Amino acid sequence: MLLQISEPGAKAPPQRRLAAGIDLGTTNSLVATVRDDQAVVLEDSQGRVLLPSVVRYHADQRVEVGHDAKLWQSEDPENTFVSVKRYMGRGLDDLPEHHGAPYRFIDKPGMVQFETHAGSVSPVQVSSEILKSLRERAVQALGGEPSGVVITVPAYFDDAQRQATKDAAKLAGLEVYRLLNEPTAAAVAYGLDQAAEGVYAVYDLGGGTFDISILKLTQGVFKVLATNGDPALGGDDFDRAVYDWLIKQTGFAPTDTRHVRSLLSAARIAKERLSEHPDTGVSVELSDGSVVNLSLSRESFDALTEGLVKKTITPVRKALRDAGLSIQDIKGVVLVGGATRMPCIRQAVADFFQQPPLVDLDPDKVVALGAALQANLLAGNRAGDDWLLLDVIPLSLGIETLGGLSEKIIQRNATIPVARAQEFTTWKDGQTAMSIHVVQGERELVSECRSLARFELRGIPPMVAGAARVRVTYQVDADGLLSVSAAEQISGVEARVEVKPSYGLSDADIARMIEDSYAHAQEDLEARRLHEQRAEAERLVEATESALALDSGLLNPDELAQLGQSLQALKQAIAGSDWQAIKRTADLLNEASTEFAGRRMDYSIKTALTGQKLDALQV
Amino acid sequence: MISLATGNYFELFQLPQLFRLDVDRLDSQYLKLQTRVHPDKAAHLSDGERRQSLQWATLANEAYLTLKRPLDRARYLLKIHGVDTREEDNTAMPTEFLLEQIEWREELQEAITIRNQHSLDRLSVRLKAEMDNLIESVATLLDGGSHHGEAADLVRQLAFIEKLGNDLDRAQAALED
Repeated sequence: MLLQISEPGAKAPPQRRLAAGIDLGTTNSLVATVRDDQAVVLEDSQGRVLLPSVVRYHADQRVEVGHDAKLWQSEDPENTFVSVKRYMGRGLDDLPEHHGAPYRFIDKPGMVQFETHAGSVSPVQVSSEILKSLRERAVQALGGEPSGVVITVPAYFDDAQRQATKDAAKLAGLEVYRLLNEPTAAAVAYGLDQAAEGVYAVYDLGGGTFDISILKLTQGVFKVLATNGDPALGGDDFDRAVYDWLIKQTGFAPTDTRHVRSLLSAARIAKERLSEHPDTGVSVELSDGSVVNLSLSRESFDALTEGLVKKTITPVRKALRDAGLSIQDIKGVVLVGGATRMPCIRQAVADFFQQPPLVDLDPDKVVALGAALQANLLAGNRAGDDWLLLDVIPLSLGIETLGGLSEKIIQRNATIPVARAQEFTTWKDGQTAMSIHVVQGERELVSECRSLARFELRGIPPMVAGAARVRVTYQVDADGLLSVSAAEQISGVEARVEVKPSYGLSDADIARMIEDSYAHAQEDLEARRLHEQRAEAERLVEATESALALDSGLLNPDELAQLGQSLQALKQAIAGSDWQAIKRTADLLNEASTEFAGRRMDYSIKTALTGQKLDALQV
Repeated sequence: MISLATGNYFELFQLPQLFRLDVDRLDSQYLKLQTRVHPDKAAHLSDGERRQSLQWATLANEAYLTLKRPLDRARYLLKIHGVDTREEDNTAMPTEFLLEQIEWREELQEAITIRNQHSLDRLSVRLKAEMDNLIESVATLLDGGSHHGEAADLVRQLAFIEKLGNDLDRAQAALED
């Protein structure tokens, strides 16, 4: 069988891959893409850009998302979820008092669930409905299924919250190129727009989360120096401050959820009006149907929310300290998130940094625009003029040691991807198992950190105490997601465990949930699997062919022939309709091309670092 | 699978194997390397290529940090020369150095107890000067011939001081919050 290789120098024009960036927000979500080199946010059929992050479950299993669902938040509060992002990767004990949260919570290990009249649902499922809706919008606008997406997460999200977000994307049928930190996404949109250089602070106050990131921008490199934040502080809390004030003023303490929701809406509207006006009226409908009219000035609002504003400054200080910088080093401050429209926030930021913040880009859209730019880059649609993002992990990762203490293995603000290993030993004679508890957080006591996973390494050969050498390795990937492995070194006995944080759903769980959603249509499920395997296989064929076109010289004739055969076999499998055969053949090609990929990487690195093209390379 | 025969981190970045290092050049070589190997370059490629990219970028970060920080760089150079600094079990230090350490520890405790930011700041400045001195001596020993044993002694002292510095940083942070 002959392998076709394009003529030297005649590089086939790269096929443009469809890609999108998604800002999965607490209050609103957006999707954006790159068109003619410009990032643009995508509108729905009625020309609206923001999709309210609201999901409503009906008894007949129908699910409503966005504006339609939002209309029901007061009428059907138990089945209509707002701000679900607050519950991602969170257990019932993690939640503050459920102030104004009218849901029927179910206490589940790892992550809380909600009882609805369509059955119980997890925050991951609720989020996946929002993502599905955005995916449909993207498919309409792009004219096809995106090859991959970038989904943004708060920089201060821990491992459990990131894993939950990625699981939601999988459940929505999205291929995730990358989880990208929201402030970093904003910096991309901003930096590329303004051709900025120097050290910038991104202050991102969203609906439910607060992030501060300090980035150094130099010729095409965005290096995050430090990040900090509060994953449970956002614009919602300002609404609640007004809500509390309303209750205090009227003496009306609503007990039913409908009144709570409508009071919260009134509070939100007042807050938003105060960004434009020095004072505003607020109407509160009491349970007897009578209406009380109140007036709230911006001054009083500022006094009500002073504590919240201050709460954002502490993480800012910490991030600056971790970056080893002072206020004078900051060239500009970028404001991100709808909540930064509040004059009290702008003033506090200006006071702290001793300079007016930059507000050139719409704070609601800037994260989605940055995500779209990054998705386009990750799809491989740009030629040459790439930029590079070097992001960090927000919270230290540790392991429980004797006495319930956390020994840090990876420090916060380490540039990712990062791997660290540490050796531990047995403390009893003949000990054959070791229990490993993975935690995240800065505190010394394990009980004050977040527990991510527990697992046991078994099969250690009996030795005297202190003789075994158990090497525990933490690897954090470019999404900020952790995997842990452990192995006993001396005995030669290979005892190794790979774990996923306990909050994450296993691949089998996700497969089952996807199957459930297709429960009544076996053909749909088969069709979907075929579609997925084909898309994956086509990607592999394309990548292999373009690699061969560029670097086939790195292979000897035998290797070339073998790779060619595997490639042909996969093309034939793709032409058929057996998804299992496609998967099998793709795995074979992946295996066959591993060595080739290694040599290409070596070659690329050598040419990059020596600054010269190597004419010949020994194979 | 990482297959490039890199030898060591200095060779990886194509830098001379010296303690006195051109930090700007290290930075630029590191960025050049990450520009090629970062997982963002492989996001649309096959599983194998993505895995390889992850491993390479992880190595690049590790190598960069090791060479960037003076203490780690000194340890690493000694390791290349087959010298183990044995910081866990070799605690033999000159008496003079140990007395000075005790004195500084006491000053730190005192400043923490009376919550005196200025004392902490002053201590920090003196600690920094002491570290710079030690680093300079380590540089001379490491780049000036085969005084590896003496260099290892100083590296152990440097590690002591760095630990004190970390405790000092934490105390300053706690006072600010």
